[in-house]
Order: sequence, then C-alpha cells, then structure tokens
Amino acid sequence: MRSLLSVFLIAVPVTLILCLVGLSQGMLADSARRARGIGADIIVRPPKTSMLTLSGAPISEKLVEAIQQKAHVALAIGMISFPVTSVTFVSGIDLARFNQMSGGFKYLEGGPFQGPDDIIVDEYYAQQHRLHARDQVTDILNHRWHVSGIAEGGKLARLAVPMGTLQDLTGNTGKVSQIFVKVDRPANIPEVLAELKTLLPDHNIYTMEEFTSLLTVENVGGLNTFIHVMVGIGVVIGFAVVLLSMYMAVLQRTREIGILKALGASRWFILKIILAEAVVMGLGGTIVGIALSFAARALILALYPASLTQAITPEWWPIAGAISLAGVLLGALYPGLSAAAQDPIEALAYE
Amino acid sequence: MSDPLIEIRGLRKVYRVGKVEVPALRGVDLDVPPGEFLAIVGPSGSGKSTLFHIIGGLTPSTSGSVRIGGQDISSLTDAGRTELRKNKVGFVFQKFNLLPNLTAADNIAIARHIAGRRQAVEPEFEEVLKLLGVSRRLNHKPAALSGGEQQRVAIARAIVNHPAILLADEPTGNLDSENSAAVLDVMRDLNRRLGQTILMITHNPEAAAFAHRTVCMRDGRMVG
Repeated sequence: MRSLLSVFLIAVPVTLILCLVGLSQGMLADSARRARGIGADIIVRPPKTSMLTLSGAPISEKLVEAIQQKAHVALAIGMISFPVTSVTFVSGIDLARFNQMSGGFKYLEGGPFQGPDDIIVDEYYAQQHRLHARDQVTDILNHRWHVSGIAEGGKLARLAVPMGTLQDLTGNTGKVSQIFVKVDRPANIPEVLAELKTLLPDHNIYTMEEFTSLLTVENVGGLNTFIHVMVGIGVVIGFAVVLLSMYMAVLQRTREIGILKALGASRWFILKIILAEAVVMGLGGTIVGIALSFAARALILALYPASLTQAITPEWWPIAGAISLAGVLLGALYPGLSAAAQDPIEALAYE
Repeated sequence: MSDPLIEIRGLRKVYRVGKVEVPALRGVDLDVPPGEFLAIVGPSGSGKSTLFHIIGGLTPSTSGSVRIGGQDISSLTDAGRTELRKNKVGFVFQKFNLLPNLTAADNIAIARHIAGRRQAVEPEFEEVLKLLGVSRRLNHKPAALSGGEQQRVAIARAIVNHPAILLADEPTGNLDSENSAAVLDVMRDLNRRLGQTILMITHNPEAAAFAHRTVCMRDGRMVG
C-alpha cells in the first residue's frame, strides 16, 4: 500500500511536467495551425508583440490599403484580435476578404455573418458552451451576439465577428492588430517581404513559414524558464516523496534488515535493495505519470474543449523518467545508507 | 583430541550506555571441538547472548581473543565480520526471523544468494530438507507455517551454506513442547549425521539435555 501510494505521488510531478510541456507545445502548435489556416504568405505584426498573443490594435487600417497597392500583393487583410478569457480570443474580420484569402470557413451549422452582431464560433467553443446556430450569446465583451454559424476549428481564433463591430466595441475604430498578406506567386514572397521591411522597419514582419517556426517554447519569453522551474519542483517532490517513503520502509523493515545482516548481507547489498525498490517505484511513477498525462488531456478535451490545447509529448517521456529517477535515487540514498549502517543486533531486537 | 573449532580466551565485552560502562562478559574462556553440540545455559543477563553475538560476528569484542577454525575473529573489521556471518556461521533465533514476504524456499535461497552461491542447492540438501520435515512446505510463506515448521525452515536456512557453526539462540523458546522436541530432535540429527557443530543457548534444562555438553554462565563468566 505504501509503495502504491509512493508510485502515485511520484507520478504527480511526472504528470505535472508532461502536462505543462504538453500544454506549452500544444498551444504553440495550435497557434501555428490557426495561423497557417488563414492562408497568408506574410504576416505584419506591431512592434514589441509577444509571439503567442496580441493585445490591442495599434496598426492603422490605412496601412492595409497601402500594402494592398504594393507590387505582387494579391490580397492584404487586417484583423483585430481581442481576448475574451486568458486563453480565448475573438477575431474581428472582413469575412469576404478573409474567405478570399483562406478559402472560407467550413460550416458545421448555420453560415456566414448576416448582420453586424453576428458571431461565428468554432466547434470546440460551441461544444464547451453548448451553442448552436441562431443561439444568442451575451457573455462575450458584454454584447448580445447572434450565432450565425458553427465552423470547423483551425482558422483564426475560436470566435470571429465582423471587424467593424469589434473595432467599435473595443474603442479601436480604424485600427487592426495585424495584417495578413497573400502574394501573387510564391517566388515573389522574398521581394514583398523585403519591401515591407523597408516600409515598416519597426514592425515584426515574417513569412508565415518563418512565423510558425518561431512558435517554439524557446521563443516565448519566460516559458522555458517556467518549464525548468516546474521540472525542478518535480525533482524536489520526487525526492521528498521517496525520502519519506523509503525512510518509512527502512523503519518498518528494520528487523528484516537485521535478518539479512545476520545472514551475511553487506552494506552494499542492503543499499542495493533500497535503491532497487526506489528505481522500481520511480519507473512505476513514470509510467503512471505518463498515463495520467493522457487522462489529463482527455479530461481537458471532455470538459473544456475550447480551452487549453495539450499535446502528448513522447520525446519528454524519457526526460520525465530521468527526472523522476534522479529524484527517487537522491531520496532513497539517505534511507538506504542508514539501513546499510544499521547495527544487526539492534535491528534484530526491533519490535 | 582434535584442535578446538572455537577457542575463546579472556573474552571481555563492555557496553557503553551513555557515560556508564556495563560489562557483559568479564573474561570468558571456552573451547568447542568440531562436531560438538554444546548447550549454554544461565540466567538472563549472564552474557549468553553477548557471547553468541561475538562468536557469530554480530558485534566485536572489547578484549580477549576468539578463534574460529584458527582464525582470530576479534580483530575483524565490520566487513570481515560480514564475511564470517556469510560463510562460517548460521543463526537460528527464538523468533524464527524468517522474511515474511518470501516463501520458505526463497528464505533459504536468499541465504545462498547472499553467500554468492548462484547454483541450486545440492541434491544432498534435499535430504536435509526431508530430515527437517519441510520439503513439502517450501512454497508457503511463514504466516502459513506453524511455529515448529518456521523454526525448521530457519534451521534449513542457517545450514544451507554449510557453516562451520550453527548458533541457536533459544530455538525452542517460542514453541510448544511437541514442536520443541521435534526441533531439538532435528538439531541432534544434524549434529550426528552431518557432524554439524552447534552452540545452543537455552533456559530449558530439557533442551540442554539434547546437547553433548552444557556450560553455565553467570555474571559474564563461565561457572561450570
């Protein structure tokens, strides 16, 4: 029972690490997938913006028209993005131009905007909030929206509304958060990119390929440090759990250790037994932790399909296993050494 | 007469309890020839168990010498005493001291494993197990065995590595008279058939009567 509880407790930091890394990578991959879904070749973002999110709309809409006039630019569209919750954003779009660039939404229910207060929600948001086409929604920016359509996920944010409405609601009339540019032919992308960089030297301008490749843990400020801190906490928890567990085990088995010593077991033999048990618990904890990370993902998907996107990260399983083993070996060392040093007569007399 | 297997001269052991020194052995002399079944009797606190622990390499002496098969064990390090326990002595305890999570067979096997003997037990040992009356109970864990069976498994474990000396500390102390007699019979048989040297601590005069010779201890000394 003690060992099973220890395995479960060791699994907790493993799950924590895998979920955290999975969430980081999942959210970044989801952002990349959504960005690619727009169908643009170049993205123009305001200066000093995070790779993952946008706040505010500092770019003038006139710039969209200016870019549209450039040579080889097939289409330029502005988009305003605004947070609804910490993980859900609403995008304001010119639907006709957006459809022209991306090929349009694929509707599962309903269809495109019919009026300025219409909203298109993706399937995950609709599932989580039990929404259907023609429903009314009032909890988004304190505005009464009419659900015109439920669309397949993977393009833009989970929520899309007419750009003018969102601009007015957020006090950003005539402004956009970022500009997407479609180039007439792929061969002309470098030329357009260079021209835009010359025109807007302080803006962040990337090809879409470059932008999505930058959506990594290393490029999101502080995320890598946060992961390292959580990994450190994982080691400390694994260490503490095993230290307590093995210390209890050594106390419970004092008499058995005395028996083994009476049979001629060396200090190393005793230490090996304790360390071997810790390794088995560490491996068990890793396997259970991996299983729990699947369970956590399934739970998030079932309860909050429109919230965080957690990826399964098999490349982190050996890392989490090594972290767990490092923790348990450190934790088992002191109890193991104290067991190995026990006086056999005192151990045999232990009740 | 052959050279003694155990030769003890002027053996002293002082335990330190805080700042107080408690003498447990105050100069013990004893010779035990090979193949002898010796009973050591005496009241509680007379030093029997301390003598047993020193001969068995569980604790070092304070002064004096203990030679087993010509080797002076009083100067052994902790590692040296571990080797002694592994190869030269086997213990049988009053409380049986079998490992509760292992079957009887595994309790015997672990003694061989610790001694570095990886191969299966010799065919002759199967005969010993029959002699001990446990050959059909080997797949049971200690909790499923009677006290007498547990003690006979403990004896099997103690002799599986062919130790020079079998040290038995009150081996019948936790048994009823029927099982006590069975265990003592087995020990006497082992002594007779295999020439196993046995030192047995006991309070029970009937148990001591199974031995070739009885020595008595009192206040850390041999008194007869």
